[in-house]
Amino acid sequence: MAENRPRTLYEKIWDDHVVERLPDGTCILYIDRHLVHEVTSPQAFEGLRLAGRKVRRPDATIAVADHNLPTTDRRGGITEEDSRIQVETLEQNVREFGIPYFPVLDVRQGIVHIVGPEQGISLPGMTIVCGDSHTSTHGAMGALAFGIGTSEVEHVLATQTLLQTPAKNMKVEVVGRLPIGVRAKDMILAIIGRIGTAGGTGYVIEYAGEAIRALDMAGRMTVCNMSIEAGARAGLIAPDETTFAYVKSRPFAPQGDDFERAVAYWRTLPSDPGAVYDKVVTLRAEEIAPMVTWGTNPEAVVPVTGSVPDPAAAEDAAVRAQMQRMLDYMGLKPGQRITEIPIDVVFIGSCTNSRIEDLRDAAQIARGRRVAEGVRALVVPGSGLVKKQAEEEGLDRIFREAGFEWREPGCSMCLGMNPDKLTPGQRCASTSNRNFEGRQGPGGRTHLVSPAMAAAAAIAGRFVDVREYL
Amino acid sequence: MEKFTTLTGIAAPLPAANIDTDKIIPARFLKTIKRTGLGVHLFDALRYLPDGRENPDFVLNKEPYRQARILIAYENFGCGSSREHAPWALLDFGIRAVIAPSFGDIFYNNCLKNGLLPVRLPKPRCEQLITDAQLGANARLTVDLERQVVISANGEAIPFEIDPFHKHMLLNGLDDIGLTLQHADKIARYEQMKQAEKPWLPPLHT
Ligand code: SF4
Repeated sequence: MAENRPRTLYEKIWDDHVVERLPDGTCILYIDRHLVHEVTSPQAFEGLRLAGRKVRRPDATIAVADHNLPTTDRRGGITEEDSRIQVETLEQNVREFGIPYFPVLDVRQGIVHIVGPEQGISLPGMTIVCGDSHTSTHGAMGALAFGIGTSEVEHVLATQTLLQTPAKNMKVEVVGRLPIGVRAKDMILAIIGRIGTAGGTGYVIEYAGEAIRALDMAGRMTVCNMSIEAGARAGLIAPDETTFAYVKSRPFAPQGDDFERAVAYWRTLPSDPGAVYDKVVTLRAEEIAPMVTWGTNPEAVVPVTGSVPDPAAAEDAAVRAQMQRMLDYMGLKPGQRITEIPIDVVFIGSCTNSRIEDLRDAAQIARGRRVAEGVRALVVPGSGLVKKQAEEEGLDRIFREAGFEWREPGCSMCLGMNPDKLTPGQRCASTSNRNFEGRQGPGGRTHLVSPAMAAAAAIAGRFVDVREYL
Repeated sequence: MEKFTTLTGIAAPLPAANIDTDKIIPARFLKTIKRTGLGVHLFDALRYLPDGRENPDFVLNKEPYRQARILIAYENFGCGSSREHAPWALLDFGIRAVIAPSFGDIFYNNCLKNGLLPVRLPKPRCEQLITDAQLGANARLTVDLERQVVISANGEAIPFEIDPFHKHMLLNGLDDIGLTLQHADKIARYEQMKQAEKPWLPPLHT
C-alpha cells in the first residue's frame, strides 16, 4: 500500500488528488484552486463557449488581471487598445461564467502569485494551477502548484482536473545559515547556478534544510517562484509553524475551529523520515554571497564579488558559443568585475520580489540615500494591499525621497507587455525572475538580483555588494 | 486537435540550447484573444531587424527553410513561460514537429495539446540532423509517429520515445476534455469524498 511506505510531501499531495488512474498510468488529478489571469485565459473561455461547456467549480476559481496593466493611475482606464481588450475580455468571461474576480481598482488586485497566498486562497496540501509558469510560487505554502498552458486552463475550467503523470522528486537541501545581507533571492540564484536551467526538468523540487526553514514566507515564495527557472515543474516547502502563522486569519483561509482542524491535517504533510527522492542536491548557506546574473538565462550567475566569466575557459564549443552570444547581447567583456558594470534602470517588483518584506529590504538600503544621477528606479508593489501596507509603514516616502518612482501594482517591467519597458541597450538591475533576451523589452539587458542589491545598485549607479551598505 | 500521423518536410536547424518561449514569441504579441495569426511574430527578435525588415541571416528567412515543417534544436527548447502562444506561433508558421534533446516541461505539454509533435532525441542525433539540415536542399525529414521513428535524409530510421497516452491522442486527434468528462461521475464522487474529509476548506466567494 502506498500509504504504508514513507512518502515525500509531493507524493502525499499527489496521492490525495488522484481521482482515477487510467490503464496506461496517466492520472486524472483533482485541482483545488485555479487562478486565472487575462493573458492565458481568453482562448480557454472561448473553447468552453464553443463546446457549450460550463466552469465546473467557479467557487474554486479566482481571476485577476496583472500582466497588461499600466502601473500609473488607472482610474482613467487602459489606453493601449489590445491590453484593454484583453482585460475587458477577462471581465466579460468572469461575469459570464460566474467566477470570483478582483477588479483593477480593487485594493486586493495585484500579481496573481502575490494575491493567492495573501488572500489565503493558496493553502497547504492543495493542488493549485494557473496559466502561468510562476505558479510554482504557491509551493511555498506546502502546496503542489504548477503552471499550465491555455488548453490545460480550459481542461481545468471544464473538469476541475488535469491529466498528469507523476514527476520525479528532487530534494534541494540548504544546510547552515545564510550570511548577513544574503537573501532568499541569492539562495535560489545560487541553486539555479548549481543545477542549471534544465537541471530540474522532469522533477518537482522540495526545498529543505535549516536555511530554508529559517526563511519567512516571503523568502520561501521567492525560492519556489524561480523553481521553473531551473526547469522544474514545481517547487515546494513543507508547511510548518511559519506557514500556519502566515495563513491564519487570511480572508479565504479556514477560520476558528476550522483553522485548527486544517492545521491538524497540514501537520501530516511533511515528508516522512526515510522517504526516498530521485535526486538530492546539497548547498551550504554560508558559502552563498549576494548574486548577480551576467547572461541571458538565470544559470549565468556569479557572486557580486566575482567577474564576468571568459568563454575561452569553456571546454565545450557549443557552450563557448552560447557564452559569447550572451556577452555580446549583454554588452559585457570577459573578466569585467561585476561591481564595474554601470546600470541605467532599477526594477524592484514582480512575483519574485514585490511583497512587503522585499520592499522593507530595499527601503532599508534606500533610506536617507539618493538614486544615482541618470538612473531610473521603479518600485512596484505586488498588490494593492502590499502598496497600502507599505504606505502605512512610510516606505513609499523613503523611496520617493531617495528618487525612486512609487507605482501601482502589476507585473510591470518583469515582461515587456505593458508600458513599463526597457529601451534597446538599456541595462537593468531587476528583482524579477527572467533575464532572457528581450524579456523586459526588445534589446533590454537584465541582471537578476535581490531587492536589497537592486536598491544598492540604484544608489551606486552600478552593481555593488549590498553588505557595504548595511 | 488536428491529427498527427506522419509528416515529411523541410527541417530547419536552430543549433542553440535554451531557446525560451520569450524568444519563440515575445510577450508584447500575447495580447491577442485568438489562437491564430501569431506566425508572423514567430522568433520575432531573430527574424526581423530593428527597422522591421527581415533579417536575411536568420534561418527561417532563407530558402528552403521558409517552408520548414520541422525544427531541430538543442537542449531545453521551449523553457520559460507557459504561454501556449509559443506552439500556436510555430503551428501558424507551419511547424508541426520540433526535435531536441530536451524540452521545457510546460511547452512539451502545450505542444501535445495542439497536435505539434515534440520529439526527444539524444544530443549526438540532434547534432547529426542539424548538420544534415544545414545542407539545405536535402533537409527533408520524415517523422513517423505510428512507428516512433525519425527518418533522416539518408533513410536512416532513428527511434524516439513518447508515452502511449499522448501517442494515442495525437494519432487520433482526440480532445482530452471529452475524454476526461467520460469520468465525470468519478470526479463527482471524489469531490463528495473530499468534502467529507476536509469540510474546513472554504469555497471562494468575493
Ligand atoms: S510578475 Fe513577471 S513572472 Fe510574475 S506573473 Fe507577472 S509577468 Fe509573470
